[in-house]
This record gives sequence, structure tokens and C-alpha cells, in this order.
Amino acid sequence: MTHAHAHRPPLLELKEVDACYGRIQALKGVSLKIFPGEIVTIIGANGAGKSTTLMTICGVVKASAGSIVYDGSPIRGVPPHALPKRGLIQVPEGRRIFPRLTVMENLEMGAYLRRDAAGIRDDQEMVFELFPKLKERAHQHGGTLSGGEQQMLAIARALMGRPTLLLLDEPSLGLSPLFAKHIFQIIRTVNAERGMTILLVEQNANIALQMAHRGYVLETGRVVLEDDARALLHNPEIRKAYLGE
Amino acid sequence: MDYFLQQFLNGLTLGGVYALVALGYTMVYGIIQLINFAHGEFFAAGGYMGVILLSFLASQGYMQTHPWLCLGVALFLSMGYCALLAMAVEKVAYKPLRNSTRLSVLLSALGMSIFLQNGLMLTQGVYDKAYPTEFTQGSITLGPVTISLMQGLILGLTVTLLLTLNFVVFKTKLGKAMRATSMDKTMSALTGIDANRIISITFAIGAALAAAAGILVGLYYGSVRYDMGFVPGIKAFSAAVLGGIGNLYGAMLGGFLIGMVEILAAAYIPHGGQYKDVFAFIILIAVLYFRPTGIMGENVNDARV
Repeated sequence: MTHAHAHRPPLLELKEVDACYGRIQALKGVSLKIFPGEIVTIIGANGAGKSTTLMTICGVVKASAGSIVYDGSPIRGVPPHALPKRGLIQVPEGRRIFPRLTVMENLEMGAYLRRDAAGIRDDQEMVFELFPKLKERAHQHGGTLSGGEQQMLAIARALMGRPTLLLLDEPSLGLSPLFAKHIFQIIRTVNAERGMTILLVEQNANIALQMAHRGYVLETGRVVLEDDARALLHNPEIRKAYLGE
Repeated sequence: MDYFLQQFLNGLTLGGVYALVALGYTMVYGIIQLINFAHGEFFAAGGYMGVILLSFLASQGYMQTHPWLCLGVALFLSMGYCALLAMAVEKVAYKPLRNSTRLSVLLSALGMSIFLQNGLMLTQGVYDKAYPTEFTQGSITLGPVTISLMQGLILGLTVTLLLTLNFVVFKTKLGKAMRATSMDKTMSALTGIDANRIISITFAIGAALAAAAGILVGLYYGSVRYDMGFVPGIKAFSAAVLGGIGNLYGAMLGGFLIGMVEILAAAYIPHGGQYKDVFAFIILIAVLYFRPTGIMGENVNDARV
């Protein structure tokens, strides 16, 4: 996949990015590229800096050094709320559904910056087709949904913003294997059918590498390896460290 | 019985005013967890702006020909003025402290309160300023109860404003964004909501409601004073705590309850009128002691802003 995109500029590029989380330096010179249409995954142990990487891209955690270029323009220092309208949207760890807004209102917030009422309605139909459960629960408060339903809602809410680049943080966390499979199926669908570029952070390295085109391995805030997902999947060291062999 | 009904009505009227002011406390608390001690000053500033505008309109002769239109204009402009004032206060005194401890912001609010009150004193003087009396005459008698035109005006306007606020918070995109921001600022930013803008608007709405209350009180009691914001401010704060701070319906309920208790205590307890102010604070202490989350706090979270 890398080769297929080699002639196109990356949609997102991090160069030597440092970031601190509190007083701990969580990212140390992280560089990575994502090309349009790709699914790229970041794997690594707990505390390796995977979530921090996503939060730094979104400006929630401030990068202290390095450059972040999205869609041709630097976004380091851009406030987080200014990024969704450029199509850079994150589904953060822990879903962070608005608990006392209804499912419908949560979706509405996902489309907060859009003014095209007709398009919003279409997308609402689209996410209800992807997640029929949400339609049944449309007028229930987000906080009353099960963990799996909340994950669906979190992804649906992000899709309502029509992302160009979707950042997904641990979408399978706490879900039953069946539910997780469903979620990954959806991710693959939006990538294949809508050409949505996806950056996926996952603890379940096995499934992440099966889905992704390319992968990065993060260890204590540094990128220690990058390769085609297939190659990583067959890399004995990776298999030993992250795939439980 | 007639006496009770009459007092009940008086309680509703006063309670409506407290409810309007209490909403500002509760909305701001809901969104940035700050007790905005300067909030009572918006009530005073609104009362003053109202009397200044009405006096000006009277001097131009409009009050004699179109009194109700004049009142509407004065109300509208005062609410707008206080909304802008609150946005400025937020920007100067609270926004720079957004990431500091809650105590720093609280102290900044206290300082702002003193600053605004003294500003009013320096520019408007220490004496009472009299409101025009055009609206205080006239009354409607419904069976045993007499509603003065003034009470009718206060109740009608209060209910209108409460319903409008309810609509804005629960039915509009802005209101949903306000609620989303109060629940999770990081997540709301990730959906494109500018928290600073929402916080600013929240202050503006709260202050506009307080300004309306200030005018109504000015009309009702016939005058305003530079320090008029202090005691009603604390009572409205008590009302917000009683209802469950952060909860909109709680603030409305708390406001009406405190107003009612105050009036009924004054009416039925011997010499109650002389220490009527005490009752709001007795309630505040009792609530903090027995149910710190207030009537609608914690479990009934639906109406949070």
C-alpha cells in the first residue's frame, strides 16, 4: 500500500514531535505519515504514548517540539475546536458520549459545524443504517446505553462530521469479541466505500494489523518500527511482544 | 384564606425575581464550576440601566405617550447592556484564570463584585434613585385576590423569560452545545464547539436575566441603590443551592421556594417581617447540612447546563 501512495503527499505528517503529559515527556520525536485512503495503525503497550499521539494531533495535548502538517497546512498550535471543520475528527478513548444528551442530540453535536440540513439528514440515515441499534435508542440519553452501543454512538457521532481523517482510539476496548468484530467491520466499510483515511490506535494488535495497510510500533514515546501491516504481522519480534506468542 | 392567597401571590412574585437571578448562578456553575459572586452586580447594573433609560425616555416625553413601549425598550437595552458587561467581566476576570485553581477564580469573582459595586456607587451616587411610577398603578381583582398591575407584569415577564430560556437550552443547537460543554469540554472541542464562546454566551444569558430582574425589582419597590445586588444576590445563590446548583429547574424551583418562604414567614410569624432576610439563609444552611446536592442535584441531572 505504501508504494501505491508514494507519489501523493501525505494527508497527515508528524515530524519529530515531542509532547508532555503533565511533567512526563510522553512523546519523544515521533514521526509518522498517513496517506489518503489508508488505514494506519499505531500499536504499543499501555502507556507507550498512543493516545497522547492522537490528542497531540488534535491539539488537546500541546506539542512542545516538531511539526504537524495536515492536508498541506501546519496545525500545531491550532485550537482543537478548529480541526473538525477541516475534516480531522477523533473518537477518543473511553467514547466520551455526552451522557445527558439523547442519542439524537449526540449525533447533532457531531454535525455541530455543518450548515447543510439536507446533508446532515442523509448522514443521520446513513449512520442509522450502519448502526440500527442507535435508531431504536434515538431518544434515550447517551449515558443509558451499553458500552458497545456507546462505542457505536461515538463512531456515529464522528461520522456526522464527515471526517476526511478519522482518528480512532481503542474502539474495541471493553467490547465483547462479537461487538468488536462488528465495529471493525464498520471501520473497514467506511474506509473502502467512502475512502475515509483512518488512524487506528489499538491494544488488540492482531486485529489492528489485519485491518490496516501500514503500522507503527510505539514504545515509551518513540516510534521503534514502521512497516506494512502484513510484514509487522509476520515479524517474529512483534508476534512475541504484541501478539502473545 | 384570602389572606393566604394574597401572600402566596406575593411569594410567587418575589420568588420569580429570585428564580431569574438564581439561573445565572446555576448556569455559570454548570459550565465552569464557578460561583460567580459578581452575578448580583448584574442585577444592580440592570436596575440602574433601566432607571436611566426610563428617565431619559420620560424627559423626551415618550413615557407619557407610549409607557409600555418605553418599558420594553428599557428592558431590552438593559438586558443587552448587562449581557455585554458580563462578557467583558468574564474575559477580564475569569478567562485568564481558566486553568488556575477554583479558589483563584472565586477570589477574582469577589474582587469583581466589589469593583462593579463601587463603580456603580462612584458613577451613580450613594442615594436611592427613584423609578417612574407609571406602571405601579392599577390592579386586577380576581375573586378574593388582588393582583397589582406590577405583580402581573413581574409574573408574566418571569414566566416568559423562563420558558424562553428553557426553549433555548433544550431545543436549540446553542443550548445543546452549552449542555455538551458543561458535560465534557474536551469532547465538545473535538466536535468543533468553541468552549470559550459558549462560556461567554452563558455569562451573557445569565446576566440578561438578572438585568430583567433588576428592572422588575426597581419598578416594584420604586427605587434602586448601588448595593441592591448584594442581598438578593446571596438569596438567589441560596435558591440555586437549594434547587441543586447546576440544575436549571432546580434554580427555578429554589427561587420560588425562597421567595415563598420569605413572604409567608413575614406574614405569619410574629415580627417575621423584621428578620425576613434570615429565612433564606436558614434554608441555605439547612440544605448544605442535610442535602448538599440540593433538591434536584446529583440524581436529577437532566436539566444541567
